[in-house]
Amino acid sequence: MLIFERTVSLMKTSLNIRIEKRLAASKTNNIIIRVLFTILSFPFIGIWFAIYGVNPLDAYIKIFIGGFGSSYGLSETIVKMLPIGLCAVGLAIAYKARVLNIGAEGQLIMGSITTTWVALYSNVPPGLAVSVMLLAGFIAGAAWAIIPALLKTKLGVNEVIVTLMMNYISLSILNYVVTGPWRGEAQWGFPQTDLFPSYARLPTLAGTRIHYHTLAILLASTILLYILIYKTTIGYEIKLVGNNPDAARYAGISLSKTILLVMVLSGGLAGIAGVGEVAGIQGRLIRGISPGYGYTAIIPAWLGGLDPLATLAASFFISGLMVGGDNIQVSLRLPSGLVYLFNGTILLFVISGEFLTRYKVVLQVGERRIWI
Amino acid sequence: MDIAASLLAEAIKAGTPLLFATLGEVYCERSGVINLGLEGIMTIGALTGFATTFITGSIWMGFLAAMLAGGVFSLIHAFASISLGVNQTVSGLATVMLGTGISSLLGKRYVGLSLRDRLMPMTIPFLSEIPVLGGFFRHDPLAYAGIVIAIVMWYVLFKTRIGIIIRAVGEKPEAVDAAGVNVYLVRYICVFLGGVLGGLGGAYVSLYYTPGWREGIMMGRGWIALALTIFSLWNPIGSVLGAFLFGGVEVLQFHLQEYGVPASLLGALPYVVTIIVLTTSSFGFMRRKLGVPAALGKPYRRES
Repeated sequence: MLIFERTVSLMKTSLNIRIEKRLAASKTNNIIIRVLFTILSFPFIGIWFAIYGVNPLDAYIKIFIGGFGSSYGLSETIVKMLPIGLCAVGLAIAYKARVLNIGAEGQLIMGSITTTWVALYSNVPPGLAVSVMLLAGFIAGAAWAIIPALLKTKLGVNEVIVTLMMNYISLSILNYVVTGPWRGEAQWGFPQTDLFPSYARLPTLAGTRIHYHTLAILLASTILLYILIYKTTIGYEIKLVGNNPDAARYAGISLSKTILLVMVLSGGLAGIAGVGEVAGIQGRLIRGISPGYGYTAIIPAWLGGLDPLATLAASFFISGLMVGGDNIQVSLRLPSGLVYLFNGTILLFVISGEFLTRYKVVLQVGERRIWI
Repeated sequence: MDIAASLLAEAIKAGTPLLFATLGEVYCERSGVINLGLEGIMTIGALTGFATTFITGSIWMGFLAAMLAGGVFSLIHAFASISLGVNQTVSGLATVMLGTGISSLLGKRYVGLSLRDRLMPMTIPFLSEIPVLGGFFRHDPLAYAGIVIAIVMWYVLFKTRIGIIIRAVGEKPEAVDAAGVNVYLVRYICVFLGGVLGGLGGAYVSLYYTPGWREGIMMGRGWIALALTIFSLWNPIGSVLGAFLFGGVEVLQFHLQEYGVPASLLGALPYVVTIIVLTTSSFGFMRRKLGVPAALGKPYRRES
């Protein structure tokens, strides 16, 4: 009887859903929302697995074991974290200034092309090879990023489309060099260059493919960028340019200089990622030097809320998913575009979750208010 | 058939998928929403069109399904950018990735298959024999439809009440809202329409222009259409010019190959031209004069 009465009274009370603005954003709240929405994206991806005819639960178990479940898996996850992380922390800084660089892929490719020139066609002294390659990779990536930056600052050209077009252009240049002038003599006609001499290879940690120069640069740049953003005046200016360009202009901050700075940093780091791939992993320039690392890197940057440290952590997580994804791609015969399904879904869920960092959904049942 | 006329005919054929996508994006941006997801929406359209035609055997069913799929898929971006008010650039990117990913997964079984049903060019007698301009008159029905749709869309946008409402929503949403128009609904409809036309453009590629399904089939056409939207100065008639110009660049790419320019480098041509075109149409004074929608990319929320 009692239960019945309660039901009746519940039906009489009004149920009311409203959206209210959050007065203050809390950092823990933001992290919880991001993690929660990342987890929520997995069942959605699972639907597509099921439509394709693969058991989603089975697929996920294989992905997580593949990426995080063994010391080999973990070392491969770190191998992928190097290019993804280098691109991602750079992108995070650019996005902080609301410069939407989508061109990390092209900047990475230009880094790897320039490195190949240093390794095979310049007479660099063997002892200096590695340092020169790293420097050349940074400069090439930065130079490729300066073009859209200048077009944006001088003429107000949309950087999203220009950086994207430049990805396609760099891919054409890559195709041209590996099928034309740089095609290796000893490669039986494959579209790739000859192997780099051993002095132009990045050394790796014993028993793994982790090239430690790049790892050191990744860790150092993450920390330095964190300090830059949160502890220096330049960082304050970058954030102000991103949040409120008008206020920044009134405060006497040069928008152009800030935009150029963040593009040089993010392009340069993507270029270094290119050095790592060509001189650390492949040892030669190949057509498929990057399976879309520059695009994938956009996800950890947003997942990490554009904070360099959190972006690095998110890069590790996403890289693990990629390694596990490669595994099931082989064992379950899934197409290579699978990675974009993950990327797109996670990104969509994370940015949708950002809604909840700004607004709260209030559920009002009679006198009671419940909100998230 | 003279060479100039056949070049023109090829340029129109190559430009038609760009035209559909650009027309849709013009309406979308006129209502204040940037849909960067075009590349993904077109890919979804290309796969849906191909798969439907393969299964039903009817190419028109394929086009219809592609339009529907493009429209429905674009609602993801609509929900994120209109209802949730998230950053439209990022939401668009996510839409591209999602569209590419879903179609590569579901399209795997269609790679390398071919279709029996084909679109037939309708060559208009006499007119198609005119030197040079004859190139306008030897096309498939959809290429003609593209031009007609562009004219209708131009008329609706600039000469009717509906058009005034769409443009006002993209300029001053608060004012339109105060006048009792549902800003959200108008934007949803425009994004949906953009998706429908994007899906149609995608299917035109997979069913007619380069028949077949494979990953990466769009080759950046969605991004080029975004640049063309700016180039056209958000005008459907300008879109026709832009799309056929780019069709011409694509055709030029094949013909320059015959003169010994490496194909790999020529592949970059449309993208280089896109940057140049975007740069020339982005000069500040031109934009102010010729009308970028004032509320473009800005989420609208009624603050109560």
